[in-house]
Amino acid sequence: MKNLGKFGEFGGVFVPETLMPALEELEAAFEKYKKDEKFNKELDSLLTEYAGRPTALTFAENLSRKFGCKIYLKREDLAHTGAHKINNALGQALLAKYMGKKRIIAETGAGQHGTAVATAGARLGLDAEIYMGTIDIERQKPNVFRMKLQGAKVNPVVTGSKTLKDAINECLRDWTGSVRETYYLLGSVLGPHEYPTMVAYFQSVIGKEAREQIMKKEGSLPKAVIACVGGGSNAIGIFKGFLDDKGVELIGVEAGGLGIESGKHAARFADPKIGKKGVLHGNLTYVLQDKFGQIYNTHSVSAGLDYSAVGPEHSMLRELGRAKYTYATDKEALDAFKLLSEEEGIIPALESAHAVAYAIKYAKECKKDDVIVVNLSGRGDKDIFHVAKEIGAEI
Amino acid sequence: MNRYEKRFAELKKNGKKALMPFVVLGDPDYETSSEILKEMMKHADALELGFAFSDPIADGKTIQAADVRALDSGINPDKCFELIKEIRKIDNDIPIGLLVYYNLIYANGIDNFYKKAKDAGVDGILAADAPIEEAGPLLKSAKKFGINQIFLVTPTITPERLKTILASASGFVYLVALLGVTGARKELGAETVSLIKKVRPETKLPICVGFGISEPEHVKKVCDAGADCAIVGSAVEKIIEKNLGNKEKMLSEVSDYLSKMKNATE
Repeated sequence: MKNLGKFGEFGGVFVPETLMPALEELEAAFEKYKKDEKFNKELDSLLTEYAGRPTALTFAENLSRKFGCKIYLKREDLAHTGAHKINNALGQALLAKYMGKKRIIAETGAGQHGTAVATAGARLGLDAEIYMGTIDIERQKPNVFRMKLQGAKVNPVVTGSKTLKDAINECLRDWTGSVRETYYLLGSVLGPHEYPTMVAYFQSVIGKEAREQIMKKEGSLPKAVIACVGGGSNAIGIFKGFLDDKGVELIGVEAGGLGIESGKHAARFADPKIGKKGVLHGNLTYVLQDKFGQIYNTHSVSAGLDYSAVGPEHSMLRELGRAKYTYATDKEALDAFKLLSEEEGIIPALESAHAVAYAIKYAKECKKDDVIVVNLSGRGDKDIFHVAKEIGAEI
Repeated sequence: MNRYEKRFAELKKNGKKALMPFVVLGDPDYETSSEILKEMMKHADALELGFAFSDPIADGKTIQAADVRALDSGINPDKCFELIKEIRKIDNDIPIGLLVYYNLIYANGIDNFYKKAKDAGVDGILAADAPIEEAGPLLKSAKKFGINQIFLVTPTITPERLKTILASASGFVYLVALLGVTGARKELGAETVSLIKKVRPETKLPICVGFGISEPEHVKKVCDAGADCAIVGSAVEKIIEKNLGNKEKMLSEVSDYLSKMKNATE
């Protein structure tokens, strides 16, 4: 292995030996094809002609008026399949195809990554198998059906938390037994090296577009860029465009669940009692755990943020002080979900609603000409049944 | 000479091979686990002991279930070390190895974990999810406290990786008999024998073969192929799982099974 994917002290390659040769192969293939003209041409074409990129940067007129500053939304909800996950799924599925793999496996929480992988599999002629916790299958039913419609096999995960964490465990176990012919298409900026680096690379298109778009519209950089953080791929994707612009505040919003004091949340950075450095799923990062190192299960109203660890690059950005991290509770996210729907006619994913919730708080402290960019990482169609249940509405 | 060297030298002198049973400490509870260990020691040449972890990615369903039972009964690494101290008192010669996930070591403080292990009478530590690339801090602590750092050798290994791993390995080589996670299988892995033959000329360390070994016939085959020891884990855990309501039966079945497996090494 050429490099161990370290972000400061974070990251690394903590996996059983069986997977190491496959990770070496992955590192070599990614390094090769990201510079390959044919690969890049094909990926560009997929992103523009198939996935609908670039996505719009929408001025949220009504919200801006209401809160007294300029709020822009980076519309990843408009990308094909309805979330930023497609950027990475197409990139990696294409890589898998170039590597000669026929079968792709993936974990999913909210089902957005699973759907994106099923989509990429259908388009590129790869057999897709998705692992999904039974709790998530229940709360994200529309996405489960979408995956199946596109020919993917959905494997319910009944172990442990029955959510994203254990779906990743099952993928790693599957891969350990199938590593020679199977490509593991990991969906976030986590896992062992090369994944955090590679997923960030495929998602950096969000930030690249957003920076160009805001410069064109405003002629200046925003005061802040705000994104929700589960594993953290949409956040890294948009942050990448502004990392060198030191004046731009980068803010990640974790899932505060029922509140930090309740202990029922997925805020790895906000609760120092249980959010500590540790190793989960191949990398060293901040992990919710007990004093012996056993991993805690998490709680969030949104399946996509319901995860015990956070991408290692976020841990580094936080330690460097380059990004700051806060949280929004379930209730704040549900309120933002309704507010954005009513004010702008955009139904956000519950995950993205966390970013909107904090953006509203942040906007209240802003001046009239301050510009905020919120990454609207996905659309909320998948969440309507779950939200209806949460707020006691009938469909 | 460390305990692994001593034990394997004795066996070799007598023309014998070894049996190394594995069990998750604290499964199904501390007291029963202690009794199971005592039964195991009647037939074991060495012990491989698992620390239950919430997210055991290298383990199949049987050992996952054992981890859950052990954690539900309130086991933690400190209690595991107590349990090891207990059995160390009974037998001061048997080599004892740990199979543990990295985060349990890290959360304890790496040096601190190795010190506790040494104090409890542990001889070897295998971190299931720490490949050689990440093993630097572990090797440092292992050296400091006189513990053997054990590494996995798997069917996917490249000649370069094998060389690098063997340069740092001590105690024994844990040869993974199949492509996949732990779990009893009906047939021995298709690549097991060829992997043993590939590794045998490369090292003087004992080769212990685990993953998927459940029948006396598997033990015979790996020993005949040039391995020094068979490791059996999930098959033992299955007996525990099957007899959760009947401790006497559990203990006698574990004993009978291991006796049969030990005979296959002779």
